[in-house]
Amino acid sequence: MIAAASSAMSWSLVIALSAGALAFKIAGLVVVGTRKLPAALERCLVLIPAALLAALVAKDTFSRADQLGFDERLAGLAVAVIAVWRRAPLIVVVILAAATTALLRAAS
Amino acid sequence: MERRRSDARRHRGVIHTPFSKLSGPVRSVVVSSLTLSGAVGVFALSFGVLSVSAGASIAQTCALSLFTFTGASQLSAMSVIGAGGTVGGALGGALLLSARNSVYGLALAPYLKGSLCKRLLAAHFVIDETTAMTTAQTDPRLQEIAFWTTGIGLYSFWNLGTLIGAILGSGIDPQKYGLDVAFTAAFVTMLAPHLRTTKGRQAAVLGALICLVLIPTAPIGVPILAAGLAVFVGLRRS
Repeated sequence: MIAAASSAMSWSLVIALSAGALAFKIAGLVVVGTRKLPAALERCLVLIPAALLAALVAKDTFSRADQLGFDERLAGLAVAVIAVWRRAPLIVVVILAAATTALLRAAS
Repeated sequence: MERRRSDARRHRGVIHTPFSKLSGPVRSVVVSSLTLSGAVGVFALSFGVLSVSAGASIAQTCALSLFTFTGASQLSAMSVIGAGGTVGGALGGALLLSARNSVYGLALAPYLKGSLCKRLLAAHFVIDETTAMTTAQTDPRLQEIAFWTTGIGLYSFWNLGTLIGAILGSGIDPQKYGLDVAFTAAFVTMLAPHLRTTKGRQAAVLGALICLVLIPTAPIGVPILAAGLAVFVGLRRS
């Protein structure tokens, strides 16, 4: 098996992430279930995906390690945004964005 | 039996065979669930490739899909690891992302009743896609069918795709095929429905800004974690 140089990947990450993810799923569906949470807490919790997904998009487009900048990935993002806006299905969005970036990289 | 009775109530007065009574709406739910599963399976392929090229073994990659089973968290963890981040950094952002499944669980709880065992199994399938498909239905029986077909279909395709991708992994250069952008594109798709509200848009913009400002200075993984602070825009009543 080829491992990237200096990768920090480990089984403890796999186990901790799996246990944590399952705990969150159970906490919502089974532990809290149909009980009510404080309204302010609920208003914050529903915003988690918006905040984190936007951050991931920003990081994956504008950073390489700890440097800011942009490259062929920005064109892929632009195509993805247009495809999502045009309500293209997930698979079409993914293929269009990947192809755009791949073509630009091949051309440069 | 119970299914048929509830269906018969809604179609009172219409003569159908038991199959045709069930087939219309159920078929359309099953077809859309399986279409979604297939699409996500292809996407799982790129997760497999990227995870292996970020330094995970095939077994670790498959274990993530089998036991973590929440796409964005898996992708986030491996994107931090791939960029040279630590286990702590990878785990923090990934867990924070997976916290949204708690919220989905709250939303789905009224639809998923039954024994504790059944609800614990259902919990493993509480993710973006199952929540979207289930809450898109209005009939309680279709909601349950949508949840289980999407859950089981996605789980199968997600893991199959991961395995194939992980095996192909070491032979493929993800950059060459733009597979790194496949992550971003999938995140954009998942983000879109959350931008319908003003608070959602504020949280997204703030989260992205916090992340970008911190990238040059904070350790890898921290910018994503810190972006979570943007959820506090929810404290203000709108």
